[in-house]
Amino acid sequence: MITLDVDGRTVEAQAGETILTVLRREGIHVPTLCHMDGLPPSGACRMCVVEVEGSPSLTPSCSFPVAQGMKVKTSTPRVLEARRTIVKLLLASHPDDCLYCNSNGHCDLQKLAQDLGVRERVYRGPRRVQEMDMSSPAIVRDPAKCILCGRCVRMCEEIQGVAAIDFIGRGSRAKIGTAFDGGLNVSTCVNCGQCVNVCPTGALSERCYIDDVITALNDPTKRVVVQHAPSVSVSLAEEFGSPAGKDVDGQMVTALRRLGFHRVFDTAFSADLTIMEEGSELVHRIKTGGKLPMFTSCSPGWIKFIETFYPQLLPNVSSCKSPQQMLGALIKTFFAEREGVDPANIVSVSIMPCTAKKFECARPEMSRNHVPDVDYVLTTRELGRMLHQFGVNLAALEPSAADTPFGERSSAGKIFGTSGGVMEAAIRSAHFLITGRELEDLKIQPLRGLKGCKELHVEVDGIKLGAAVVSGLGNARKILDEVVAGRDDLQFIEIMTCPGGCINGGGQPKNIDPAAIEARMKALYKIDRDAPLRTSHSNPWIQRIYKEYLGQPLGEKSHALLHTHYTMRNIPITNG
Amino acid sequence: MHRQYKQEGTNVVTADMDNILNRHSGAGRDHLIPILQDVQETEGYISPRAVAKIAEFLNLPASKIYGVATFYNQFRFHPKGRYHFMVCRGTACHVKGSKKVLDELTKQLKLEPGQTSRDQMFSLEVVACMGACGLAPVVSVNGEFYAKVTPRKLTEIIQECRQKEAVNV
Repeated sequence: MITLDVDGRTVEAQAGETILTVLRREGIHVPTLCHMDGLPPSGACRMCVVEVEGSPSLTPSCSFPVAQGMKVKTSTPRVLEARRTIVKLLLASHPDDCLYCNSNGHCDLQKLAQDLGVRERVYRGPRRVQEMDMSSPAIVRDPAKCILCGRCVRMCEEIQGVAAIDFIGRGSRAKIGTAFDGGLNVSTCVNCGQCVNVCPTGALSERCYIDDVITALNDPTKRVVVQHAPSVSVSLAEEFGSPAGKDVDGQMVTALRRLGFHRVFDTAFSADLTIMEEGSELVHRIKTGGKLPMFTSCSPGWIKFIETFYPQLLPNVSSCKSPQQMLGALIKTFFAEREGVDPANIVSVSIMPCTAKKFECARPEMSRNHVPDVDYVLTTRELGRMLHQFGVNLAALEPSAADTPFGERSSAGKIFGTSGGVMEAAIRSAHFLITGRELEDLKIQPLRGLKGCKELHVEVDGIKLGAAVVSGLGNARKILDEVVAGRDDLQFIEIMTCPGGCINGGGQPKNIDPAAIEARMKALYKIDRDAPLRTSHSNPWIQRIYKEYLGQPLGEKSHALLHTHYTMRNIPITNG
Repeated sequence: MHRQYKQEGTNVVTADMDNILNRHSGAGRDHLIPILQDVQETEGYISPRAVAKIAEFLNLPASKIYGVATFYNQFRFHPKGRYHFMVCRGTACHVKGSKKVLDELTKQLKLEPGQTSRDQMFSLEVVACMGACGLAPVVSVNGEFYAKVTPRKLTEIIQECRQKEAVNV
């Protein structure tokens, strides 16, 4: 333990900590642009400079370790002027179109200019004409708004292990782009949207489909139905200023009806269905000596990742479609038949915490007779924006329940929204499938929490099950390399693209505070704790749809509607 | 018609790439720049295909390799034209008006620095100094130096190239 002096106060710190860590703990807000929690400091933006006594120049607090007796001043005129100058320089070649910007109101650069009192344009830099990259169905890049902080690059490479983008060029010509500056659609990008979540400005955003959905809602010939993913109800309230972790499931269903959707379904229902199919597939693989370990297939970013980087392991991926696509398929078949509507006249919208879902619903194998099973995907952020447009005040609404036949879910389907949830739900049902008995304690603690990799080894009636839960594609790389190297004590691996799972998805309200992600996770587990129905196989509507329509898990009809296949991707590295 | 550099997609390029990578066998990512230099020397430019090969060889993302290569002025990403123009933008040439020369050349060739015309005839490159400051402003075409270049003289140089081309065809 060492002590240092911060603005005249004596403060304790551990040796090896950075000045920034200590200052933040002490409640001093030091602005940063390039800093990312959990990664080594890059020290590029210089926003975090402070004065350290005895040092002739200003010191970047993010990368400088504390020392015994150090005297730090955090907001002297010199420090503030340095920070202000950086903002002025960043603004020198910025488009200045805040009013029309997607990030208006939640932009770090805007906030910095506001906080530091930058009130006039002092420097005028040349504006380069830079084309927007609209090539991806999921993510839009607007390089003109980019301030080159590098957070997207580090997220993509160091956390997600994808490295689709990097700095191109040097000096005033530097920019962020893919190899040979092609579009994202021809790069290794998996559409996870984590870059969007960390972008401080409006340079990265999701491809917005709000207008398409509004058009569909106003077309009298269309039946517009919507499904909402498990993790959306615990994050949507943040778009209305609530603290993270508030569940607004019932209000959200009412709000979706107010927007004009004819039916509101819960994707957690098809998550239950996924458990039935995937659980049966796992048991089948174990009993018949099929390819193991089996990987989950719910997360479309992960699917494109394995198709791109580990195609040799594709036979290990469960053939189950994701819950979104399972429900999409049922909407355009079972529901369409029941309602007597032509599937082409049903517009199926889904509200997802995810940008990769936009890519997934456009995959060719996810449509029948050229009619996609899911027509449009809106992120949690887009739903928030749409509700604001329509003047729907979420907090004032009476809660209501989702519609039959896809409205009833077990809480096992609900916890799909957090890393470990699919595995926990699967083990609850697998235990029942194998033994005919319910698990005594449905809470499986080792699978919970925000750690990147969790493992559990259990024995159920003589069947050994090694399970691993991985979130974040960088962590996925590690376990995939182990599997490639011959590791064989695992039978089932849950992989989620985003660190922490869907609660931290690329379409969630922009909040990079780890405490917010944890609050969303806790909200899901609280729902599970208090739920009357906690296992997928005991969901009466699941039992009913098998009886009335699907037959049995892995049956012929299931196979046609709920299962899919994957494509090896030989990614061209340029669009030339 | 004579082609100075081998075209992408032929076995010859693959063989060249393999030779280069063999010379660097066992190398790590710190060999990236020497490898890029070898590729450029052999093939005349850094092709997408070469980047893919290097990416596989060094186990580096293609985006990273392209990022590093674009950081340095020495690498080009299009094959050189049959008439490769180098315009000096060093201090002495700048003082003697090389900006005007470059602007005029950009206009006449309809090329930006680093680009090659579609018919592969012309390519344009900007260099920092050719060590011929006494002759400023300097332009070189395929290694041949032209001294005290004016926009008007440029027209003649380009005309000269077109005449040579007509003879060669």
